[in-house]
Amino acid sequence: MNKNDNQGPLWEVFIQSKSGLPYKHAGSLHAMDKEMALQNARDLYTRRNEGTSIWVVLSEQIVASNPNDAEELFDPMNDKIYRHPTFYTMPEGAKHI
Amino acid sequence: MNQQEALFKYALYLGDNALIMGHRISEWCSKGPMLEEDIALSNLALDYLGQATALLKYAAQTEGKGRTEDDLAYKRPEREFLNNLIVELPNGDFAYTMAKIFFYSSFLKYFYQDLSLSKDETLSAIAQKSLKEIKYHVRHSSDWICRLGDGTDESHSRMQNAISNIWMYTGELFEMNEVDLILVKESIAVDLKKLADNWKNSVAEILHKATLTMPTDNYMQSGGRKGLHTEYLGYILAEMQYLPRAYPNAKW
Repeated sequence: MNKNDNQGPLWEVFIQSKSGLPYKHAGSLHAMDKEMALQNARDLYTRRNEGTSIWVVLSEQIVASNPNDAEELFDPMNDKIYRHPTFYTMPEGAKHI
Repeated sequence: MNQQEALFKYALYLGDNALIMGHRISEWCSKGPMLEEDIALSNLALDYLGQATALLKYAAQTEGKGRTEDDLAYKRPEREFLNNLIVELPNGDFAYTMAKIFFYSSFLKYFYQDLSLSKDETLSAIAQKSLKEIKYHVRHSSDWICRLGDGTDESHSRMQNAISNIWMYTGELFEMNEVDLILVKESIAVDLKKLADNWKNSVAEILHKATLTMPTDNYMQSGGRKGLHTEYLGYILAEMQYLPRAYPNAKW
């Protein structure tokens, strides 16, 4: 690898598999600009008909929570079972709740 | 030459173009400048090989002598290949490859647009399907032409060299022969002369955007459709045909 090696910044790719469904994170890639990122995403992540629409976003633009903060962010939810819909009686015949 | 012979030669010419173009691009596989582009180039190659399969299959069927698309691809000598010279040129550097793909796919875009209106249903169907693929090739290569042309001093000069060097192979794309004339009369083939202006304008637009100079028309190379090829085709065929010729009817 020499100092001129430059594959461009990292981008995150989100694919929508069907119209109406949420975009899902598919992976990441390198590209110089947004057009190239979109084309690379198409070539890398939709080869097997995975998608109908693509989002690409610069990885550095994503704001992420710090795993070290997980305790204060997520543990308080553990004892709040009333937030889950577990206190309803299941209607007969409903299988997918 | 009757219409059936003309149709055979026409499908062969189109199939050979796709086959050799695809084979050349596939030489980039595992050698791309970066992983993403490596896969992109392999995708382009596979698109061409798919088109070649459909076109050579149709050629074999039209000929009606019991040959298959594999026979046509792997068991014909160099002089029987009818592809344009531009598709057999070596890949050169990345700029050279992109310039080739840009010139040729821009041509194919207009070509397939017209061929999709052909009275021949098979050719029309192949053209409609291929057009979607080729539009992407145009977009992908155009973006690279602009990125490199309007990039650093080195990328600009490499791109300009490629454009200038390949230019003399673009004239042949619009030459018409007996086969074309027979089939244009039947509204089967594309009138190549009519594509030239559109092609030139679209190429000029991208080159301008890329800050590159459009070459002036000078001597144009010719001969591919007569079976008179550059020195490079023989080497492609040697590699491509080695296995089926050494081990006839080999299976996976």
